[in-house]
Amino acid sequence: MNTKTGLDWKKLAHSRFLMPIVCLLLVLLVNVIQTPNFFAISINNGVLYGYLIDIINRASELVILAVGMTLVTAASGGQDISVGAVMAVAAGICCQILSGGAVSTNQLMAPMFIAILAALAASALCGAFNGFLVSVLGIQPMVATLILFTAGRGIAQLVTKGQITYVRVDSYKVMGGYIDACLIPTPVFIAIGVVIVVNLILKKTALGLYIESVGINGSASRMVGLNSTRIKFLAYVILGLLSGVAGVVASSRIYSADANNIGLNLEMDAILAVALGGNSLGGGKFNLMGSVIGAYTIQALTTTLYAMKVSADQLPVYKAIVVIIIVVLQSPTFQKKVRTIRHGKAVAVNAG
Amino acid sequence: MLDKLTQMKKEKKLSAVAFLLMITILLFVVMYSIGMFVFSSKGFAKPQMFMNLFISNAGLIVIGCGMTIVMITGGIDISVGSVTALVCMVAADLMENKGMNGTMALLSALLIGLAFGVVQGYLIAYLNIQPFIVTLAGLFFGRGMTAVVSTQMIAVKNPQFLQWANAKFNLPFGYTNKNGAFIPAYIYPTVIVALIVVVIISVMLRRSNFGRELYAIGGNQQSALMMGLNVRKVKMLAYVLDGLLAGLGGFLFFLNSCAGFVEQAKGLEMDAISAAVIGGTLLSGGVGTVVGTLFGVLIKGTIGSLITTQGTLSSWWVRIVLSALLCFFIVLQAIIAGVGGKKLKN
Repeated sequence: MNTKTGLDWKKLAHSRFLMPIVCLLLVLLVNVIQTPNFFAISINNGVLYGYLIDIINRASELVILAVGMTLVTAASGGQDISVGAVMAVAAGICCQILSGGAVSTNQLMAPMFIAILAALAASALCGAFNGFLVSVLGIQPMVATLILFTAGRGIAQLVTKGQITYVRVDSYKVMGGYIDACLIPTPVFIAIGVVIVVNLILKKTALGLYIESVGINGSASRMVGLNSTRIKFLAYVILGLLSGVAGVVASSRIYSADANNIGLNLEMDAILAVALGGNSLGGGKFNLMGSVIGAYTIQALTTTLYAMKVSADQLPVYKAIVVIIIVVLQSPTFQKKVRTIRHGKAVAVNAG
Repeated sequence: MLDKLTQMKKEKKLSAVAFLLMITILLFVVMYSIGMFVFSSKGFAKPQMFMNLFISNAGLIVIGCGMTIVMITGGIDISVGSVTALVCMVAADLMENKGMNGTMALLSALLIGLAFGVVQGYLIAYLNIQPFIVTLAGLFFGRGMTAVVSTQMIAVKNPQFLQWANAKFNLPFGYTNKNGAFIPAYIYPTVIVALIVVVIISVMLRRSNFGRELYAIGGNQQSALMMGLNVRKVKMLAYVLDGLLAGLGGFLFFLNSCAGFVEQAKGLEMDAISAAVIGGTLLSGGVGTVVGTLFGVLIKGTIGSLITTQGTLSSWWVRIVLSALLCFFIVLQAIIAGVGGKKLKN
């Protein structure tokens, strides 16, 4: 009996999709009880409308970030907490180029693809900066990214000259809105596109395997001929690039660049999504789809809390509690303690 | 610079730690002298300007001491800014809406800090969870709880508290104004508390068993364990002490701001970490002094004063310059660690 429970526990802990899916179902269940018409989807003004659509739409940036965060976590065993600030920088650069440096504009001052390319280049540069500190200089990831976490929003403020830059042009609103007569919001397509592209890269090249191997044992990987420095660096550049994509989408939603609020507190959500997806925050093996499901779960949780009249300022309390519960459950020390207690009970039962 | 370093190592006159501290003190003196030279017409050379560095950063000095302690053990605490905001908000709320006096507010501040320290310390020391994740959750929790207490700004009007906040101590030096009248420089009690904390923690780190155990754990946790140290207990105590100091520092911060609001002290964790790192505390643990951290705080204050006195640069530059400086010192540490390896650690 004792060995059987031990086995079950092991199976439970090791099944990759269990935790994110159970959490997602739990959140959805609460929603259904709260709002009976939760799953209702209608068509208003030619677009799909409903709670579910809203969650899937709003989760897009988070999904994009979670994909990159998973790679960084797996490769370096640490997290990048500058993603929100990098989003703000990308949004600021994109909007400033489009508005030609003015505070508000009604027509594009520069071709859109140039603005987006510049924004992505800047965010990739931020990623490269983080990657350099982590991989070449060997600084702990969170300390290294703390620099941009604080300085990033200041840089974004400088880019936008301390004001909110508005780009009131319909073609710019597409990325955060709808493509012509399409029923589904564009961010959903962008998020799915990112997931597919990253998945393809990981599957078609050996990058995914390399990242796992570097994360599990960096020096051993170097011994077998992997350039672990370069792989870690690459992971951070990818995350930087993806933060840029998320930043552009977020700014397109509100057709402006708000340096103070774009991507605010999103770093926490992204880390939470990775942890919820069954990935160890200590690096090594990773599960990309788990993080994606995790991201949707987090957004569902956020929407639920909003529906329960929790203000945006108070949200972090609940998320902090969830993150602590997850990391405690994941902690090997905690699992060992639980096992010892169970073992002790089993012994007591046998003895009795 | 590398040549100089290796040369110094040969001469064995200065260890790398002293070298880092020297750079910090030198940097501070140079920055302040430049300020006195360039902005002398704007009053930068007055003694009061120097005292203001302490007055506006008293809370940060105490918080920086706590940060130095956990960083010596190889950990980190990024929740201190949020703890400060929560302490200010709860203390303001207790005095303005619950009718309590200043002493109760101070006690509640210390209790909040202690609670954060105990919970975070337990999770880090006994459940082996990464300090960064735990304190990141603490950061969000504290900020969120501040909003739960009140989303409105609470300004304090409690007379007893304002008396504490405005008690001035005149110093025996000052400057003579145009009319020939002598105006002494002054400090607030917060400065005295902060300096006492620096002295106590400094002595504790150098002389007490606990202090030496902190260095031992940060230097090499495995060896410390084999030497028979109770690594978990010492680590836990380090975070408890850090939490307590964050609570006290938060209250000193509150005495300076006299108000509680959600956005308060945002990014203070960054200031505390940069102060410690600039002051020569190694991110990898095992090395660090609170005196260095004190100079780190003063450098941060000087950057702020320089930018405010200059007048045309926006306040975001303070954070950007500080981040750049932090980056420089982190890289410097990495280079020193690369040159000398672990031998350079005391």
